Amino acid sequence: MKILVCISNVPDTTTKINFSDDAKSFVTAGVQFIINPYDEIALTRALELTEAQGGTVTVIHIGDASSEPTIRKALAIGATDAVRINALPRDAYFVAKQIAAYAKDQAFDIIITGRESIDYNGSQVASMIGELLDLPSVSIVKVMNVEGTIVTLEREIEGGKEVINCPLPLVVSATEGMAEARIPNMRGIMSARTKPLTTIEAVEVPTLLQYVKYDKPAARSQVKLVAADDVKGLVDLLHIEAKAI
Amino acid sequence: MSVLVYAENSNGKFKKSSFEVVSYGYSIAQQMGVPCVAISIGDVTNDELARLSQYGASKIVSVNNDQMKAFVNQAYGSVIAEAAKVEESTVVVLSASFSGKGLAPRVAVKLEAGYVDGAVSLPDISAGFTVRKGAFSGKAFAEVSLSSAVKVIALMPNAYKVIENAQTPNITAFSPVFNNNDFKTMIKEIVRAADKVSLPEAEIVVSGGRGLKGPENWGMVEELANLLGAATACSKPVSDAHWRPHSEHVGQTGIAVSPNLYIAIGISGAIQHLAGVSSSKVIVVINKDPEAPFFKAADYGIVGDAFEVIPKLIEAVKEFKSVNA
Repeated sequence: MKILVCISNVPDTTTKINFSDDAKSFVTAGVQFIINPYDEIALTRALELTEAQGGTVTVIHIGDASSEPTIRKALAIGATDAVRINALPRDAYFVAKQIAAYAKDQAFDIIITGRESIDYNGSQVASMIGELLDLPSVSIVKVMNVEGTIVTLEREIEGGKEVINCPLPLVVSATEGMAEARIPNMRGIMSARTKPLTTIEAVEVPTLLQYVKYDKPAARSQVKLVAADDVKGLVDLLHIEAKAI
Repeated sequence: MSVLVYAENSNGKFKKSSFEVVSYGYSIAQQMGVPCVAISIGDVTNDELARLSQYGASKIVSVNNDQMKAFVNQAYGSVIAEAAKVEESTVVVLSASFSGKGLAPRVAVKLEAGYVDGAVSLPDISAGFTVRKGAFSGKAFAEVSLSSAVKVIALMPNAYKVIENAQTPNITAFSPVFNNNDFKTMIKEIVRAADKVSLPEAEIVVSGGRGLKGPENWGMVEELANLLGAATACSKPVSDAHWRPHSEHVGQTGIAVSPNLYIAIGISGAIQHLAGVSSSKVIVVINKDPEAPFFKAADYGIVGDAFEVIPKLIEAVKEFKSVNA
């Protein structure tokens, strides 16, 4: 089985987000970057499948050289090799176009992404790759098993789940539950240094949109504390003042 | 020209989020001076379809045949894109539901449209076309300017109010040509907990954290949620410990919610959790630690032991409901 895992380089989940004075860009100074947590779940499941059934796991990332530590981490966790498309990821369409251009002639059985990146929260790339390559795709998948050429997936839906069968090849986006992320061991970290990492130049993609401005949610006013023995007071506040019940 | 809105159904019934997208699409159509057309896919009765016209759809396009009964994002995407071409739609609106998130990007690629997912308010079309969306998992908002001829927007559930704008129902059947390659995925089974309120769409959410000490203590969380018609949720340590399913995990790496009321019980309020609830309109925090960071991000709070406060709260809500039913 040949699996392609798409990884994004995102601010660590503990990061306090700040923007430039003109509100036009995210300030990356002092920010620790990590593999997008959902992509790490996808990577782990890809490794579990190839360990059990044979095959290779290639990771692909769109970014400049500064994101190589994130790619090496994916190799340390266990990926076979890596590809970096040498361009800053403009938006999801740009990223999907790059991945589709690379994957077009590579005959991957599964192309997998995280359900969304935790910075731009698009949930777009998997479906876009599917559309660009005319492949089926299933988004926000919490269980994925492969038997022969049939993949069984459990997808999240409002108030429940949907169980789906799909033949290989397909595109999947992974969410929590599919696998538990792994911590790389020393052998993995050592071998990651010599695993192949190929750099490819980006293909041209038309510009459809632009991120123009950022801001942060307004701070809430001071919390109104209610005494622990006046629970009825809380209910009244929620009904009369907040109109929330 | 028109604004096309995809109204998702569940077992032949439209959901609140479907009426939200129709209301939202109608508002955009009004600003642009064009009609709002709704498309429905699947087995939906004419009476149910007509409900879409209450919220502003002046034309309802229904795709109802055997092949399209079950959701297949590839085929649904083709049909919506086809309808957008027929209706000469320059804006296509969907819900950022679980299905919508898998579907909208396909529609956008087919139409070579700029796509904004998780929009939180109406686009600003005074100069260009700018849409506001959540970013950094609830820690920020971004404004995205779309320059493509066609624009696709997925609207965050609970972000836009359902508004009545009654139109005369005008329902027409639509039978696009299908591509068999679009039907590779096959639904084997749909499992729905009938009595559960869906978390992303819930107007009230009752959420528990490690302060509840173990899964056996969730009875009171569920009781309170049932009384309020709320969905249940939890913090990441709780789902990581398998006390509750991952689908209940609210936070930066779980589900982002925007209910009217979020009640957090025994959750300290780590930055990752706060990110996922920052769009909630009213936040109530119940925690025995007065220093819990969540109190700084809350509107109302009780410093107290959940095991004493929640049973009293359940009684108080029961009494409230008996008076205000």
